Amino acid sequence: MSTPRQFCTFFVDGLFFGIDVLQVQEVLRYQPMTKVPMAPTMVRGLINLRGQIVTAIDLRHRLGLSSRSADSLPMNIVVRSEEGAVSLLADQIGDVIEIDDETFERPPDTLKGAARELVTGVHKLKDRLLLILDTHRAIGVAQGVAVEA
Amino acid sequence: MKSSLQQQLIADFLIESFEGLDQFDQDLLGLEQGSADGETLNRIFRAIHSIKGTAGCLGIQRMEKVAHVGENLLSLMREGRLKANKDIISTLLKYADALREMLRNLEQSGTEGTTDHSALIARLQELQGEPSVASTPSPAPSSAPAPAPAAAAIATPETVAPEAVTPPVSTEPNPPPTSAAPTAEEDAAWGFFSDAPAAPAPSAAAAVESAPISATPPTSSAPTVERETTSRGSIADSAIRVDVGHLDKLMNLVGELVLARNQIVQHIRSSRDSAMLPVAQRLNLITTELQEGVMKTRMQPIDNVWAKFPRIVRDVSQELGKVVRLEMEGRNTELDRTIIEAIKDPLTHILRNSIDHGIESPAKRRAAGKSEAGLLYLRAFHEGGQVNIEIMDDGAGVNTARVKEKALQKGLVPPEQIARMSDREACNLIFLPGLSTAEKISNVSGRGVGMDVVKTNIEKIGGSVDVQSEAGQGTTIKIKIPLTLAIIPALTVRSGGERFAIPQVNLLELLRVESGSAENSIENIFDAPVYRLRGKLLPLVFLNRVLSLEPPDPSTLTSLNIVVLQADGRLFGLVVDSVSDTEEIVVKPLGKQLSGLTCFAGATIMGDGQVALILDVMGLAQHAQVAAVERTAVSAKTEEAQTDEQTRRQTLLLFSVGDRPRMAMTLSEAGRLEEIPRAKVERAGRREVVQYRGQILPLIRVAQHLPGGGEDPIADPMHVVVYSEQGRSVGLVVSNIEDIVEDAVRVEHRISRDGIVGSAVVHGRVTDLLDVKGIIREAEPAFFES
Repeated sequence: MSTPRQFCTFFVDGLFFGIDVLQVQEVLRYQPMTKVPMAPTMVRGLINLRGQIVTAIDLRHRLGLSSRSADSLPMNIVVRSEEGAVSLLADQIGDVIEIDDETFERPPDTLKGAARELVTGVHKLKDRLLLILDTHRAIGVAQGVAVEA
Repeated sequence: MKSSLQQQLIADFLIESFEGLDQFDQDLLGLEQGSADGETLNRIFRAIHSIKGTAGCLGIQRMEKVAHVGENLLSLMREGRLKANKDIISTLLKYADALREMLRNLEQSGTEGTTDHSALIARLQELQGEPSVASTPSPAPSSAPAPAPAAAAIATPETVAPEAVTPPVSTEPNPPPTSAAPTAEEDAAWGFFSDAPAAPAPSAAAAVESAPISATPPTSSAPTVERETTSRGSIADSAIRVDVGHLDKLMNLVGELVLARNQIVQHIRSSRDSAMLPVAQRLNLITTELQEGVMKTRMQPIDNVWAKFPRIVRDVSQELGKVVRLEMEGRNTELDRTIIEAIKDPLTHILRNSIDHGIESPAKRRAAGKSEAGLLYLRAFHEGGQVNIEIMDDGAGVNTARVKEKALQKGLVPPEQIARMSDREACNLIFLPGLSTAEKISNVSGRGVGMDVVKTNIEKIGGSVDVQSEAGQGTTIKIKIPLTLAIIPALTVRSGGERFAIPQVNLLELLRVESGSAENSIENIFDAPVYRLRGKLLPLVFLNRVLSLEPPDPSTLTSLNIVVLQADGRLFGLVVDSVSDTEEIVVKPLGKQLSGLTCFAGATIMGDGQVALILDVMGLAQHAQVAAVERTAVSAKTEEAQTDEQTRRQTLLLFSVGDRPRMAMTLSEAGRLEEIPRAKVERAGRREVVQYRGQILPLIRVAQHLPGGGEDPIADPMHVVVYSEQGRSVGLVVSNIEDIVEDAVRVEHRISRDGIVGSAVVHGRVTDLLDVKGIIREAEPAFFES
């Protein structure tokens, strides 16, 4: 049986990611951020989202990828969590796409590092692979992952 | 005349009863429709039970009696011995109307009215008739949870026919009439009114007594309806109960509004749009008022906590064999409910402590020439946007010698510090964790965990505690707490290009050190920078270093900004790049990802819409390890701030001028001391000036401004005291610099004239204090103009 699901897609360092659309509250273009000194590096700063203070997490850092060049501004994907909204910073936003479960496959065992922990699976699309991100872990709520070097 | 207390009690009773009856009606209807559960009957019963109880207490006898009859019926129903049917329900509804009518009468005219309820009472008694087959003695008047005998409970429910409306022919005594008379007497004796019972009591009793005989028709609903239309604006309508959750939400929204207001006002001010300016001002005003209004809804009198104290004091003092009289003042002082919750335990602890440690046993008191009963005095009042709570006792006071000894014994404070400590500082040692002076541990106190927990808890809500004590005279503990927690005033500072908010409660003063003297005024003890603040060393913390921010550009650094903060009783100076203004901010928590950061208490949104972090001063101090550097600078500061202005430790610069061998000024007024060769003195107009650090420094010969000073033989090089303010400097020429002394100086102030501001005894000699500003103003009138 196959139940089509909708994914909000985005790019991080050339990789194509997807998050279940139901977890996404909204997508915003670049917002000015207030840096938090001494915070874990994955926390890029704080955003004022209509009076709510939202922590912005840089997915590049979180996934152990190279840093974004200084001139490109990240986009915000604001996801819901039990703790309130958290923003994930991505390079570029893609479409919302509908996918069948049939194309799903577990991540290969050779996947290492933070990606191993955060990518729950891969959808084999026609022209590329869509990596499904575990938002819960990505925002560091699931484990003590928030405290990294 | 009814006292205000009685009136308050009656007002509360009316509100509660009206509410209770409304719920009562609803529950009855639910019962009729079969949608009721076990709790419904309990609720119905409780509503009437409390009306009866309170009415009895207040001496409103007719109401009590009417309520009592209904209660008996309900009691049967609750015990399952009587099943609800249409008849019972409608009688009970009428019964509720009758009670309402009495309440309304009470509200409007102060009496319960004269409507005859005997028919209703008869009917209610009639309805109780059937279950008497169970042959239990009639229920006790106030049988609250008295469980019915098991047999009866099982036997009756089935036997009670739905239409059981047997008239009261049963032979068992009818409880209400028999109990009526004694109750009336009792009430007269017990009633809170000394005047009320006389009139209504007999008639009420008579009405009940005659109930079975008289056959007046049940109270018609006609007058009730009429009354309803006229009673708009009555107590029940003017007060409502609101879910606290709603208020909290409202509070949050107002918080948002305050932020939005700040943004708009700031924007309009910067745009200089004259048409919008008045609108912004209005918005500003309305928002402030709204904020105050909403805050008020969450306010509760401190009496909510205090009301329990007489009992606690009684129990504790009895346990310890002491006699204590408790007096309270300012019971109506209002506080945010969250704060009320938070101070409950600390206050209780202090109270117990005062009785245990403070107040002596009656024998000791007698020996000391005091009255046997110790006085414990609580006082609460508003002051400067804060609530002050004072707990005073007239006991033995804090034994500072013992406290010091204990602190030393337990290694809580280094010996050399103890030696230097004033009594006042020593008093505040009782807040150190692990310190207890009680000889033996009682279950009241003495475990050494109490007072430091009190302190931490109060500081957690942004408050402060201070203790003052005089041996043999008593102890006073002063607590200051903010009115609310959600919106706080904060100072905005910048460091390393970032903006931070510092809660005002932690802020003591702002210092600005001009660049000229900046490098020299900061000294290092190894790598710990310190600043001399009025002769005391103030450890400095550079915010940019602690938070690893970019250091400020040295070329733009014209001065050094030091924010003097107090955290956990320690003083330290936070060096920031610049200081902006104070703003009301709404504290918002940080996300879980940032929960490990102890330096920040949260974040807030500033007027320009940007997020700023709120510094957690205590966390910052701990992080920067100010804690280890200076443990007690604390109380020294509070002492300085609070002790009599006239006697405090001051560092004085002693010098001679002309024929006056001994004059002084406070060292803080002296920016630098210089020796300038006479040859360097130039003239600019009529003034003497020298070139000094790239500036022209005007010189003032102090002797010329003192009476009888005249020309003085000026030494070469000249001794010059440089005074600086707002980037400007002036040099005061004196004959010789004698000494710098630190002493507890008692300054006899007198009207400042002739260049002297007062005199003090320094090292056993009378010394005149130079009116530095006065002299500068006289010689250089433009100096203080900005």
